[in-house]
Formats: sequence, C-alpha cells, structure tokens
Amino acid sequence: MRLAPRSKPAPLKSEQIILFRVGGALFAISSSSVQEVKSVDSLAGAAAEIKNSGIKKVRHVLERENQSLFVVNGAMHFALPLTPGTLVFILYETRTALLVDGIEKMTSMTHLQALPSAFSGAERLWYRGLTALDQTVVPVVSPDGFLTADELFLLDAAVAEKSAMQSAANDLSTQGAPAK
Amino acid sequence: MTSAAQLEIPSGLQQDLQSVVLLRLGDRRFAIAANQISELVAPSRIFRFPHRTPNVEGVILRRGRIVPVCEVAERLLGKKILDRRFYLIALRRYESQSEWVALPVTGECELINAEITPPGEHDAPHVSGWISHDGNVVEVLNVAALTTPQSPVAEARS
Repeated sequence: MRLAPRSKPAPLKSEQIILFRVGGALFAISSSSVQEVKSVDSLAGAAAEIKNSGIKKVRHVLERENQSLFVVNGAMHFALPLTPGTLVFILYETRTALLVDGIEKMTSMTHLQALPSAFSGAERLWYRGLTALDQTVVPVVSPDGFLTADELFLLDAAVAEKSAMQSAANDLSTQGAPAK
Repeated sequence: MTSAAQLEIPSGLQQDLQSVVLLRLGDRRFAIAANQISELVAPSRIFRFPHRTPNVEGVILRRGRIVPVCEVAERLLGKKILDRRFYLIALRRYESQSEWVALPVTGECELINAEITPPGEHDAPHVSGWISHDGNVVEVLNVAALTTPQSPVAEARS
C-alpha cells in the first residue's frame, strides 16, 4: 500500500528588512516602513535645532511636505553608547526620522516571533517582535515606537514656541529698521 | 489471596506525592513542579538587545523558538550568580497563555516525588509550597510569581 503524498508546506511569506546598527547593536526594520535613507551630511542645511522640549533624544526637526519630522537619536532612544550617526531613515506614516550608525545589509525574514511576554517594559512599544537570522536573534523595530503621543505633543509645543519667538524677533527687527 | 480493597490505604494516611524537579542555585536547592518543566539545556549563546524589563537578561534560541532568560538568583538568594551551568526551561503562565522561560541554574537537576506542603500566609508570592528532601526543607517555586518584575516597594522590602 502506498501512502498518499504529503502535501507540500505552504511557502513562508517573507518580508524585506533592513539590518542596521545603532550604538553598536543590531536591529531590523521592515523596508516598507522606510520612505527614504539620507546621509546626515545631506540634511545639514535642512534640519533645524530644537531645544527645551524635554525630549533629549530629539535635537533636530525637519520640515517635509508641511509636516515636522523629528530626528530621533537611536542610541539615546535605546539607551546605548552614543555613536556618531551617519544615516537618517525617514519613516513612512510617522513623524519620525531615525538617526542610525549605518546599514549592515538588506535581507528578508520569514518568521517574526512576538516579543515574549516576559518582556514587560517600554520595549513592548519599541519592537514588533524578534526574528532569528543566521543563528542570531534580532529585534524588529516598530516605526511607531520611537515617539509617544506625549513626546510628540511636547515636541510640537517646542517647535511652535520656537516659531513664535522667531516671528517676534523678525517683527522687532522690521520695526527697528531705519526708515529710508 | 489479597484483594485490592484490602490493600487500600486509609485516606488519612495516603500521601499525596507529586513530581518535582530539584534545582540548584549557588549552594541552595529549590523545586519546581515537574509539569511546569520542559527540559534542562546546556548553556547556549544568549542574545541581548535593549529593553527595560528588570531581571530579563536576553533570549536564547531553542529548537527554533526564542526563549527569554529570566534571572531569578537575585530574588531568591539576594545576589547574582555568575557560575551557571544549565538553563531550566520552564512553563510560565500568563493570564491568557503560557510561554517558555529559561531559568539559569548552577547544577544538575533531579526529578523526585515528594509531598508538597501548601505555603503559609507569610510566605513570599514566589513560594507555592514546601517539600522535605534529604533532611532539608526546600521551597517549591511559583514560576509566574518569580518572573514577574517586582515593584520598587516590594523589592525594597525583600
């Protein structure tokens, strides 16, 4: 008697990811979450500094398509040793631009395991889950996990305050200019 | 011929033996109910990544699964243990599901049958009972309570 042939397992759905380093640690992000990758040098003129927001990991803001994008220092966000960031990921559907050390490689993952429930801290917001690649476990970051609604509120307030101060300074300089 | 009915032990004298796994942490022994244990594995590479959960060291890869490593020595002994030889993979129950956690232990484990005495009202939440073994009284651990992060107040008290 012959056994019926076993049905082939369904092919695993793979997802393109970017492996990148922050503060010496390895992370992954879905390629579909990254709108653009820019070098820090190319943003030098476009980024404005923001101070006194209370959010230490954000020092710069980019204006793109009538929207403020906040540059999050990845090393500070994850409390890793500070390293000079060289690249910025502009993330889709968020107001985050992520400063990273560099890209390791692009690859694909076929399995994303939910973060084990033993992890109960802020990392539950930071990561979509974990994936095993080449006998290494890599956390897959969540694009929404870099800035909370409260942090965005404080950052927006800091940007608004800065704009108001600049407007006032411009008004003063206009009024103070000698009439010709 | 002796019938089964004649061999029955009066219920008052019947011992309620349960299987428990004895583990060693430093120079102390503890026990966990055997039905909460999957396996004892040799130390494997631990993968660390940023997180904010106290007493979770990282994760190990085991049979294709990613298993968190929960440091329990500090809570049980008051100090960390650097000399570790095995990971005891235990089932950790959450509200709606169960997951495996790896508990670092410092010696070989032993499966025994013992009568478990229920915990007293003054016992810590991680104590699910007591057994007597080799003339010692050994704590039976509640894995869920043991691997739940302690509040700062509770930590200060313990």
